[in-house]
Amino acid sequence: MNLTDSTWAIEADGLVKTFGANRAVDGVDLRVAAGTVYGVLGPNGAGKTTTISMLATLLRPDAGTGRIFGHDVVKEPQIVRQLIGVTGQYASVDETLSATENLVLFSRLLGLGRAEAKRKAAELLEEFGLTDAAKRPLKQFSGGMRRRLDLAASLIAQPPLIFLDEPTTGLDPRTRAQMWDTIRRLVSSGSTVLLTTQYLDEADQLADRIAVIDRGRVAAEGTADELKASVGSSSLQLRLAEPRDLGDAQAAIERVLGVRATASPEAGRLTAPMQDADRVTELLITLREAGIHLTELSVQKPTLDEVFLTLTGHGVESDDSDDDASAEPQLEGSRA
Amino acid sequence: MTTATIVPGAERALKNHVSLGQTVRNSLSMAYRGLLKIKRTPEQLVDVTLQPILFTLMFTYIFGGAIAGDALSYLPFFLPGILVQTVITTSVVTGVQLREDMDKGVFDRFRSLPIARVAPLAGALLADTVRYGIATTLTFVTGYLMGFRPEAGFGGVLAASVVVIVAAWALSWIFAFFGVIARSAGSVQGISFLVLFPLTFLSNAYVPADTMPDWLQWFVGINPVSHLVTAARGLTMGTDVTGDLFATLLGAAIVVAVFAPLTVRAYMRKA
Repeated sequence: MNLTDSTWAIEADGLVKTFGANRAVDGVDLRVAAGTVYGVLGPNGAGKTTTISMLATLLRPDAGTGRIFGHDVVKEPQIVRQLIGVTGQYASVDETLSATENLVLFSRLLGLGRAEAKRKAAELLEEFGLTDAAKRPLKQFSGGMRRRLDLAASLIAQPPLIFLDEPTTGLDPRTRAQMWDTIRRLVSSGSTVLLTTQYLDEADQLADRIAVIDRGRVAAEGTADELKASVGSSSLQLRLAEPRDLGDAQAAIERVLGVRATASPEAGRLTAPMQDADRVTELLITLREAGIHLTELSVQKPTLDEVFLTLTGHGVESDDSDDDASAEPQLEGSRA
Repeated sequence: MTTATIVPGAERALKNHVSLGQTVRNSLSMAYRGLLKIKRTPEQLVDVTLQPILFTLMFTYIFGGAIAGDALSYLPFFLPGILVQTVITTSVVTGVQLREDMDKGVFDRFRSLPIARVAPLAGALLADTVRYGIATTLTFVTGYLMGFRPEAGFGGVLAASVVVIVAAWALSWIFAFFGVIARSAGSVQGISFLVLFPLTFLSNAYVPADTMPDWLQWFVGINPVSHLVTAARGLTMGTDVTGDLFATLLGAAIVVAVFAPLTVRAYMRKA
């Protein structure tokens, strides 16, 4: 094995997967460096899960190649499986078994002895705060507990690469924050993590690099800051005291800054891309002269929401496809 | 994290094949999972507990008088027949449950683990021999309570039980195959019973074949289920059935040799 093989945890070249007429993954290229967190960001049905399934040897690619630490996913699947841990979108643990039984079973399958498997299970349950629920049937587990158990099961063999497919979809904000902590600790122990998410802030918070994926293709790739910078330096956000002034304020912004402001009428809020911060003074004077009062004013770096909109030419839409289908309630990407 | 250091991917010793020893170990681990499932959901045992008792009672008293003069004289002939019928019917459930099981997320994890590909299937089928064991025991116990006293004694009954369970395990690969290729658990049941009914009814399980038309006798003669029934009957009665026993075990071996690879391949393709 040469050096270039071992520096990349994942190398994907032109991965394609077609389901009937639907090209779920349409030529995805990825390079994930070992020891980093890589975020794959995209809406439902963008091809995230299908991409992971191919890299995790669960699906055979129709075209293209995938290598995990230099091992081809099609030619050496059994080796790849020894290098990865997969945590699915929908907890892949056995519902009929208890938490301990699940972990013991997976440990045994991974070649641990009876006593060793029991010890490992207890250790992981402790680590993931599930000791109290260890003997309870999984049917009584909350969504967050199930995900934690799922992640624990992926860590038994201490794989150097872990796939996390939408680890926090459907979790409440508190549980999500716990999951984030867990993922961060995981990375500090030396694992490489490939994480898919439809929450823009999640990729922003956790990932070293992000690939924005849309309709089976990588629309953009880079660090969160690079992606944001590609959209514009910053954005101006205004909240109006009187929502009915919205039209006038929009006209004023267009006149003074020369850009179109987008409005979210329910809160009387305006967002406008901004190149030159100095011009804001002029805008504020213009607004005061027109008798338009503000309750809030801020200058922000663009959010990944805006990045996504700019890169793909359409917003984060929720179209169901077989990829990420199943009626998980579409939670809005609640920004932290 | 207690897992302080992760061995980098490049520094691990890895093999791309699974040894026979590991295959057996993985299958046994999966069988253990099957047993835990049975323990957790005992309601799944309804078919193997009630059916043998019901069938044995029902058919003995319905057919017994007409065929053998009275129920008691029918029992030595009939009990091995109903045993085979009951246990094979039970093996259909294996396919149905496998289908239901495979629809669960946990199978995605099994597929992503570095284990023998056959293990999740072999394990499930292995665990189901417990079900066959229960059905077999209950059939014989019901028969005993009704007055069944086999000439070959307990040893003969035990030998017959083992043969029937082995044959049912072999047949369950057919239903497992349907389980893997079918879209839903319901359709597995449908296809399986289509295979099962001719096999079990067009045999010598219920009545001696000599009153049947020639063409049917011919089919009954080549039907592997007939050989199985004859073997089980002979073993409980203490008569020499080496030929049928051999035919049965050979048939079982052929079924496994054909359907186990087919099933695993279909399972992998679905993967």
